[in-house]
Amino acid sequence: MDIQPKMPKSWNAATKPHKFCPGCGHGLILKALGQVIDEMGIQDRVVFGCDIGCSLLSWDFFNVDTVQTHHGRTTPVMVGIKKARPDRIVIAYMGDGGGYAIGSQHLVNAATRDDKITVILVNNTVYAMTGGQMAPTTMPGQKTETTPFGRDVEQAGYPMMGPEMVAAITQEGAYVARGSVAKFRKLKEYIRKALENQIAMRGFSFVEALSTCPTNWRTNAEKTWEFVEKIMPEQYPLGELKVPVIKEG
Amino acid sequence: MGIIEGEKKAFMTGNEAVAWAALVAGAEIMYGYPITPQNEIMQYWTRLAPKHGRKFLQTEDELSAGFTTIGGVLTGKRAFTATAGPGNVLMQEPMSMAEAMRIPTVVVVQQRGGPSTATVIYSQQEVTLTCFGGNGEGLRVVYSTSSHQELYDYTIKAFNTAWKYRFPTFVLADGYQAKMRESLVLYDPEERGIEMVPTEPFVGKPGMPGEDRPPAHLRNTYNIEEELEEVLKKDIQEYEQMAPEIIEYDEFNTDGADVLVIAHGVVFRSAAMAVRKLADEGLKVGYFRPITLRPFPQEQLRQAAAKAKQLMVVESAYGQLLKLVKDNLYGMDLPIHTHLRPGVGVTPEEVVADLRTVLEGRED
Ligand SMILES: Cc1ncc(C[n+]2csc(CCOP(=O)(O)OP(=O)(O)O)c2C)c(N)n1
Ligand code: SF4
Ligand SMILES: [Mg+2]
Repeated sequence: MDIQPKMPKSWNAATKPHKFCPGCGHGLILKALGQVIDEMGIQDRVVFGCDIGCSLLSWDFFNVDTVQTHHGRTTPVMVGIKKARPDRIVIAYMGDGGGYAIGSQHLVNAATRDDKITVILVNNTVYAMTGGQMAPTTMPGQKTETTPFGRDVEQAGYPMMGPEMVAAITQEGAYVARGSVAKFRKLKEYIRKALENQIAMRGFSFVEALSTCPTNWRTNAEKTWEFVEKIMPEQYPLGELKVPVIKEG
Repeated sequence: MGIIEGEKKAFMTGNEAVAWAALVAGAEIMYGYPITPQNEIMQYWTRLAPKHGRKFLQTEDELSAGFTTIGGVLTGKRAFTATAGPGNVLMQEPMSMAEAMRIPTVVVVQQRGGPSTATVIYSQQEVTLTCFGGNGEGLRVVYSTSSHQELYDYTIKAFNTAWKYRFPTFVLADGYQAKMRESLVLYDPEERGIEMVPTEPFVGKPGMPGEDRPPAHLRNTYNIEEELEEVLKKDIQEYEQMAPEIIEYDEFNTDGADVLVIAHGVVFRSAAMAVRKLADEGLKVGYFRPITLRPFPQEQLRQAAAKAKQLMVVESAYGQLLKLVKDNLYGMDLPIHTHLRPGVGVTPEEVVADLRTVLEGRED
């Protein structure tokens, strides 16, 4: 019995339904990515790298070559692949903990070097896989397992503004955007542009995706959606932060 | 046309020898982060590589150097990195992934003093780290070289061992070998009949994944204990099966030795000189040198040790080789004398003096 809506061709049907919790944003982001891969016809050229975090569940998600790496180390693995095989389209998929905390040196340096890779970073404001501890992106006042009284910025520091940072340190050819699973069409457009930018070898491309984690937020469907749609963008404004000027001729 | 025509005599540093070896072995890309005494490998490589269409990436740290090397290898290229000391500590995280996923990385380690930053000069204190670093079982190959010629030979060999057996492979040398100049013979492996083991991409093979071929789904995370056990069982079995094929050692005068000296790496040279000198005097001394520290020549050492009255372990560390030796001689009842100089070079004279003391039964 198959009454699911049509899944992207690049998805690995054998591993569906996927392993993320119900209501998890990871599935939506990977759906957007799958559709973009299909539309661009690049399934046979993509190498997908996933971090350790809930993103690790995507190691067999697509029918594309996939490498599961270590927590924070997806960026260097994909940089290594890109350097050795520039004709591959590499996608580094990671959480906010992976990208902004343990792997931040890799993100900063890949962006600064202008490595021609695409990073998709899932901002769900928590360390989800390990059970909901504070992440670099936990909002001021937000309760997590390690900020049980809410994130006190005096004590625990401020949230990481990833795309803003990446936009500041990259070259003109970089593409930087922040999308959200609550704005699926836009998110898809950003992912597409980020991949096009890599294919054109214009520069580093980076998409942060605001995402949901009802399991660790301990929210029902309504509250989950309200948090990602209304509250998160107050801290994390959506939109494109850097779009390369495409020179003609 | 090869890179080197015929046999070419050279007088160079060990670091330069490594760069040449990687070049003639067909290494296509090096990833690296500066650390003394390894720096010149990158420096020579970045001068040689562009002339031969090879690549280099200077990374932000050794974590990245190791993980980018993994990336390069995954595309089917002979990729390598080099490090030392605190860099080798960071290198263990990527190498544990290489171990878990059977990724044939090659790492050259030029040991320096430890722990911590210690000295940039020399030691043999990275034996345990290089053999057993990471949160695993030490399923890797470690060649301990003792001369520039060996640095050259074993760097070439490391690529072949790695790609044939798919275990991360290390060439373990030290700051003396890295920085000293010594003569050696450079050659193209092909001209010596050494065939380079062909490489193969793990990702990015031709064809549509899921249609023309299965997609590569490479992971290092497992859901249940038994799933992991199954993978490890296979890896351990293949490691043990490989061991007799790649184990290397050297020995001399082991029959009925009053003292059998055990040493590796550059210290082996001092030990061997000392042993030969005393053997020339008619004393019953011999040596055993493990060349592969992982896998360790256990049977061979046990056979040599069985013929000896006592042993003497000599190393520039405080018992790292000693630990390997004891481990591999488990159950044999033999006195083991030691000459342990952590982070300091060992001269033949020192070894001669210690051996005389032991032979004359004057030791404590
Ligand atoms: C070196 C290392 N440190 C810690 C961990 C434990 N760990 C696994 S996932 C994770 C956090 C994941 O959070 P994030 O990157 O935000 O991804 P999410 O699960 O939220 O999608 C941590 C700390 C690890 N696997 N490796
Ligand atoms: S824990 Fe959160 S991020 Fe992880 S799969 Fe569940 S909902 Fe998604
Ligand atoms: Mg997270």
